[in-house]
Amino acid sequence: MAEMTSTRNTGQLVGRTIVYGLLVLVCFYYLMPLFVMVTTSLKSLDEIRAGNLLSLPQDPNLDAWGKAWSSACTGVQCEGLAGFFWNSVSFVVPAVLMSTLIGAVNGYVLTMWRFRGSDLLFGLLMIGCFIPFQVVLLPMARTLGAMGIANSTTGLVFVHVVYGLAFTTLFFRNYYVTIPDELVKAAKIDGAGFWLIFRRIILPLSAPIIVVSIIWQFTQVWNDFLFGVVFSSGDRQPITVALNNLVNTSTGVKEYNVDMAAAIIAALPTLFVYVVAGKYFVRGLTAGAVKG
Amino acid sequence: MGALSIRDVRKSYQGTEILKGINLEIEKGEFLILVGPSGCGKSTLLSMIAGLDTVSSGEIRIGDRVVNNLSPKDRDIAMVFQSYALYPSMTVRENISFGLEIRKVGKAEQQKIVERVAQTLQIGHLLDRKPSQLSGGQRQRVAMGRAIARDPSLFLFDEPLSNLDAKLRVEMRVEIKQLHQRMGTTIVYVTHDQIEAMTLGDKIAVMKAGEVQQFGTPQQIYDNPANLFVAGFMGSPSMNFIPARVEPMGGGHGVRLESGANSYVFPAVSANGKLKAWEGKEVVFGIRPEQITHKVESSLGAEYIQTASMPISLTEPTGPDTLVLVPVNGREVTCRVHPAHARAPGEKMDLMFDLSKAVFFDPASELRIA
Repeated sequence: MAEMTSTRNTGQLVGRTIVYGLLVLVCFYYLMPLFVMVTTSLKSLDEIRAGNLLSLPQDPNLDAWGKAWSSACTGVQCEGLAGFFWNSVSFVVPAVLMSTLIGAVNGYVLTMWRFRGSDLLFGLLMIGCFIPFQVVLLPMARTLGAMGIANSTTGLVFVHVVYGLAFTTLFFRNYYVTIPDELVKAAKIDGAGFWLIFRRIILPLSAPIIVVSIIWQFTQVWNDFLFGVVFSSGDRQPITVALNNLVNTSTGVKEYNVDMAAAIIAALPTLFVYVVAGKYFVRGLTAGAVKG
Repeated sequence: MGALSIRDVRKSYQGTEILKGINLEIEKGEFLILVGPSGCGKSTLLSMIAGLDTVSSGEIRIGDRVVNNLSPKDRDIAMVFQSYALYPSMTVRENISFGLEIRKVGKAEQQKIVERVAQTLQIGHLLDRKPSQLSGGQRQRVAMGRAIARDPSLFLFDEPLSNLDAKLRVEMRVEIKQLHQRMGTTIVYVTHDQIEAMTLGDKIAVMKAGEVQQFGTPQQIYDNPANLFVAGFMGSPSMNFIPARVEPMGGGHGVRLESGANSYVFPAVSANGKLKAWEGKEVVFGIRPEQITHKVESSLGAEYIQTASMPISLTEPTGPDTLVLVPVNGREVTCRVHPAHARAPGEKMDLMFDLSKAVFFDPASELRIA
């Protein structure tokens, strides 16, 4: 008996060691590039040329960050990423908020106010989740042209809202099916109408799924490159496109420290959103999956 | 003009008829119970009264208004749901005043009504809590408070007690009845529990398969069931159904019963000669367990009292009574006897049959004969 327990303990120990070992390895694997980026961005060009990729900076400074933000060349102009950063903010925020809000209304209608064909409509909307970006480029270009919002921030917002709707609708619909429809019935009898029920009863219950939708949409829209490069131009381009231009500008020497700083600047907002709301994200994704 | 009248109401859904012509009418202040097994259409009917479901044909009137095409909020009704359906993000106070707020009742007036309702239901100390912080019974009270606050002309209850445990259910049943007596409100109450139906209702509509099987007072339904289904559904333990042959007896008729080696013919005193056409044929003889008891000397002598000695196959003590099972015509028949008089299984026992309320059914159509 004692022997059996001890073999089991040894077995457990080995198992644990393997699991944790693997986790550490994976962590290392994922964090390494970030480490290289951060250290490189703090080094001077000379040090980068002379030194080792993994070594710590000898004289850490933020010169490269300053240059990336305000004076690096993205093509012909050399004004850094600042302008493009605010470009991104200016269309990502409305696009995320609008797609989330419309997704919430869609989910509300598809669960609480079902109509003939609403399941079919939901099914069709879901196909939207599987359509690759490339497929919609040309039709979308024509649509934007016809609507007179081609090459504008409004146009880019429109593209992202339309493309994001399939996902946000899916999130909200699946969240709302777990809310008992007797709530809506009770509110109807109390005299509330469509929008009042949505605003006073349903929205206050939606915090977890709103967080999920915002994180998802923010990440998608902020990181998007293809729509940005196709549907905007010149100084209205998003930061992802500007980053590409900055890194690929071929005049002069290759400034790795500036490239790294620029890449981190471009990634910071999504990192920030994850850190702030990450735990709600996991919670919201699993909400409704298990009862209670 | 009743407080609620339902005239030939039908409901079809994708070609299937769920309600097949319902006719009901109750007066102001009456407590109507819709009772039946699940799938009988009672909840659908309630939804239609509430306006949450459309009427395929027929007419529903609340007071003197036809409400078929009115939205729920214009019907002057309130409803208590099985899941209580309290708004999770609002406090108890906000839950109760939500309907008032929508109807543009002034703040001061809202406050007064909430206080009054809270006092009626003794939930004053809960007003600032959220529904998630309440127990089942408290949620139930708040749900009723929300309904009372608006002072509607008609209350609808959809199985309000079925989520509570047995003890609390009995307590809340009493409270609902007291509330009804005190406030004199008109109530339609859906349940599948025949005890709730009997104890609460002024009128009961027993439903099955989209039809009202019988509509009457609890006592009418208990004593004079219209058919085999109603007789079997109402009452616990359920009425005994004994297949028995009708034989001529004296000037009237009787039914032949065989138990063990003995054979009896019991006079059908309650049949008033309606068994004549059934002479020589088999009917279903219905008698409730409490009508078969131990022998009580003082009752003996009347024609409707018959005695028989029967072998016991099983006993079930319930406390106040002991249920004794005896074989009659191949069926196990339940008798309700005083525990002191109950004998053990295997022994014989002298039983007294009170035939004054015995009923007889057509075995094919299951309708009442007499």
